[in-house]
Amino acid sequence: MTDFRVSRRHFLHGASALGAVGLLGATSRPALAAGVTIGIVYVGPRDDFGWNQAHAVAIKALKSLPGVKAVEEENVAETDACAKAMESMVNLDGANIVLGTSFGYFTPFMADLAKKYPKVEFRHAAPLWDATKHPKNLGSYFGYLNQAHYVDGIAAGLSTKSNKLGFVAAKPISSVLSNINSFLLGARKVNPNATVQVIFTGDWSLPVREAEATNALIDAGCDVITCHVDGPKVVIETAEKRGAKTCGHNASQAPLAPKGFITGAEYKWETIYKSYAEKLAKGEPLPNMLSGGYDSDMVMNTAFGAGASDEARKAATAAIADLKAKKPIYVGPLKDNTGKLVIEKTYDNYDPYLDQMNYLLEGVVGSLT
Amino acid sequence: MQEAARAIVPAPIAKEGASEVWLRLRRDSEFIAIPLLALSGAAFLFSLFLFAIGKNPIEFFELVYRGGFGTAFSIQNTLQRSAPLILTALAVAIPARIGMVMIGGEGALVIGGFASAAIAIPMIDRFPPMLALIIMAVVGSLAGAVWVGIAGFLRHARGVNETISSLLLTYIGVAIMNFFVEGSLRDLTNPNKPSTKPLGDVYMVGKIPGTDVHWGLFAGIVIAIGLHVLMTRTTFGFAARMTGGNPRAARAQGLPVGKLIIACTAIAGACAGLAGFYEVAAIQGRANASLAAGYGFTGILVAFLARHNPIAIIFVAILFGGIVASGGLIQRRMGLPDATVLVLQGMIFLTLLTSETLYGRFAFFQGGAGGERT
Amino acid sequence: MSEGLVQTVLIALLGGALRVSTPFMFVALGECLTEKSGRVNLGLEGTLVLGAMTAYAISFHSGSPWLGVLAAGCAGAALGAIHGFVCKLPRVNDIAFGIAMMLLGTGLAFFFGKAYIQPSAPRLDAISLGGWSSDPRIASALQVHPLLLVGILVALAMWWAFANTRWGLLVRMSGDSAQSARAMGVSVDLVRFLATAAGGFLAGIGGAFLSLYYPGSWNQGLSSGQGLMAVALVIFARWNPLRCVAAALLFGATGAIGPALQSVGITQGYYFFNAAPYILTLVIMIGSAGSQKAGRDVPGELSITK
Repeated sequence: MTDFRVSRRHFLHGASALGAVGLLGATSRPALAAGVTIGIVYVGPRDDFGWNQAHAVAIKALKSLPGVKAVEEENVAETDACAKAMESMVNLDGANIVLGTSFGYFTPFMADLAKKYPKVEFRHAAPLWDATKHPKNLGSYFGYLNQAHYVDGIAAGLSTKSNKLGFVAAKPISSVLSNINSFLLGARKVNPNATVQVIFTGDWSLPVREAEATNALIDAGCDVITCHVDGPKVVIETAEKRGAKTCGHNASQAPLAPKGFITGAEYKWETIYKSYAEKLAKGEPLPNMLSGGYDSDMVMNTAFGAGASDEARKAATAAIADLKAKKPIYVGPLKDNTGKLVIEKTYDNYDPYLDQMNYLLEGVVGSLT
Repeated sequence: MQEAARAIVPAPIAKEGASEVWLRLRRDSEFIAIPLLALSGAAFLFSLFLFAIGKNPIEFFELVYRGGFGTAFSIQNTLQRSAPLILTALAVAIPARIGMVMIGGEGALVIGGFASAAIAIPMIDRFPPMLALIIMAVVGSLAGAVWVGIAGFLRHARGVNETISSLLLTYIGVAIMNFFVEGSLRDLTNPNKPSTKPLGDVYMVGKIPGTDVHWGLFAGIVIAIGLHVLMTRTTFGFAARMTGGNPRAARAQGLPVGKLIIACTAIAGACAGLAGFYEVAAIQGRANASLAAGYGFTGILVAFLARHNPIAIIFVAILFGGIVASGGLIQRRMGLPDATVLVLQGMIFLTLLTSETLYGRFAFFQGGAGGERT
Repeated sequence: MSEGLVQTVLIALLGGALRVSTPFMFVALGECLTEKSGRVNLGLEGTLVLGAMTAYAISFHSGSPWLGVLAAGCAGAALGAIHGFVCKLPRVNDIAFGIAMMLLGTGLAFFFGKAYIQPSAPRLDAISLGGWSSDPRIASALQVHPLLLVGILVALAMWWAFANTRWGLLVRMSGDSAQSARAMGVSVDLVRFLATAAGGFLAGIGGAFLSLYYPGSWNQGLSSGQGLMAVALVIFARWNPLRCVAAALLFGATGAIGPALQSVGITQGYYFFNAAPYILTLVIMIGSAGSQKAGRDVPGELSITK
């Protein structure tokens, strides 16, 4: 279970962080020469108030750049349907770069396609690329949304009266677990008595069960609810109806909860997509790994809502400043909720060890299966 | 034509033969002419829909052709998408012959795929690939056979309606697969998509030489033809169809109705389980939640459209694959939401199904029985 | 500890039954009516989704959620009418046509529903029946929506009407033996047409409940197969409207088991808890089927059961 690839991937991360810093410097918009065609494949509908929408909004912004054409396909399953959709974008639309936005697209589909079409760039939205295993025209990009969930946790920890926070999660994969754990650590930082109760619904979009899970959490005494599902609309609205406070996920849900909204974790995919488009237009090579968090403007928190107290606002704003200064979230040693020591030391926020997370920390009530 | 035939072949017996062929041709052409009429009807209806939303139907149908059938890539795209549908449609068609409405193909596909991925884990790097693949295929089919067979058994033994039990078993099968894939059989090197251990390239089913389509298509076609022969040319098939037509009479004849029911459901499950095997061994390379991609449910529609005829299933599956394959191009080029393809599918299948009522209504196809030859 | 646990689960079961069961109930009742007349309409999943979208859209534009409910019923009735009309033609298979209608209904709903995922429409309000309890969980579980009560009333009315009215007799006769119904001068096609359209109307209202009350928003994953399951539940309920209600309540209640157990810390094996409604239904069917009585309830003309 120990990860032996740490050092190598750590190096890659370092390199990508440099890339991210580089693109931040480029403020002027260069005139794009030859046309760039970007193909992007979504796993759900483009307007789901969440994961897919966050990508689609960024792509829309990209379309306004001169010389950039974007072709989009939505509701593409994680089967060979995604491979065929991408291949079709290459063959019939002449896409120069293909973006896959769902975890299951990467292996085997995008890995195989990159081998088959060496002249096309393939980039995938999760930190999965590995220089020793995957071709050079394939790569990963990712926003470390757990940092924004950590900020959510800080605000939530200061907004709860029952000290019980609820988390509606889809599946126990590492990026979800990382958001849950970061949310807990944020809450514990300001409120040592806080616990996080998790309910896994089992799939990315199951509105009725998401509503049931929200109700169950509130019945169990949770007074702040957040989630990691594709479209958080149902969770946020149900919690608001029950009078619980909420933290959002993926996109802004502030308008859905005028009374209880605290803040929310949001991606800024635009930062990444614009850098791809600009580099392609200039003929520069694309980084294989492009990821970051607050320190490289890839994630953000939704503006505070009525649910956030002054104290919570202050602490959360301070936490954002800390994250921009790269202060670590995972300060070891930490045990998981079965009592096993899982984080022996303090890890950098981008340490690849954290990408492999498969545990819930002590203070989280829930289990992976 | 008739006159010409008479002129060339003067001998009365031979003349009889030639006109017989002609009559058969005319009768068979009904099965082409009416679907074509229905497709044109659907195209017309859908054009109205496109006009109403301000889009150009000509551009649309051009894209359907281009995306589904127009280029070598498109044709392979279409065929690849139709491969699992042939097998899942057979999983509906065979029980239908014995009078059962079985909608549990999705569950059998998931269980079959999961079983073949699970059995592969201890074989990887130990068994020769060919042997491992054969064992996987057999285990996957068996698992599927057992899964749908349960529904058949419950029907026979307890009188439990197979339509609902097979649907319930589908949800239970998906839960079992998820439980293991996210639990004890999870491959921890793949943190973001819970899956079983990957098979690795040497343990994968390859492509049909010269194409980009995996062998599952070939298997589907061969099995469809085989099952067609089984259902039309053997005693088993005859007994099954007789049971489907009139179970009481079949029982009175002393046919083993229970065994026939269980056999038909097991064959059905095996087909869907094999589709699961191909999803694992030719596409995903591992078992995960993506096995439940809806092929089992689409197969129901394919089977009904093909009127449970295994040969017709092949063609309907390809038509279906083509529409889905072109769906992406339509989204991209015309800026239409993907639901457009659902609407088109709905209209095509509605008109195709409605057109069934036209069979036998045109005297032309009845081979002159109506006295059109005066 | 364990007492509190049992209490939590029981409250969750109650709440789940009252919150989740209504769409199942309406679809099952609609299908029950259709199947009693001798037709199968497997397309109610599409009707449910189109109803949900229509209700949300109309509520958004008109500002009146109840107008949305009515519109959803009409949209459902329209789909049902198409099904009822075409399936009377000779050789048209009602099961297959239903599946195609499911595609069309879902497709239309997704297509025209794009514009309504983002906006917030006025929703329906619940009636609080739990004001007497000091436990906020019970108070919340007993938030009952009038449509649930309407559904139960419709079931009672259908049950009574099947047994005691001329219309009920006509529907049952068309379903049990078309030949003898025709011999009595009944227009079997007309009866089935009306029964399918009315069934669609009910299913559409089930959809309105989904989008306007619980979970109370419109998106493409809203139904996730509830309509199909509800159609299957009619077989489970053996074509009895009252048993349809019971089946829907059972399904709603058991659906709450998964989240409820996780919320009290029983977290291992949640995939199976989440599948509880399906497992339980199957177990009950195995336990209760096989009796001689089951066979007698089946409408004789039904293509789905022979």
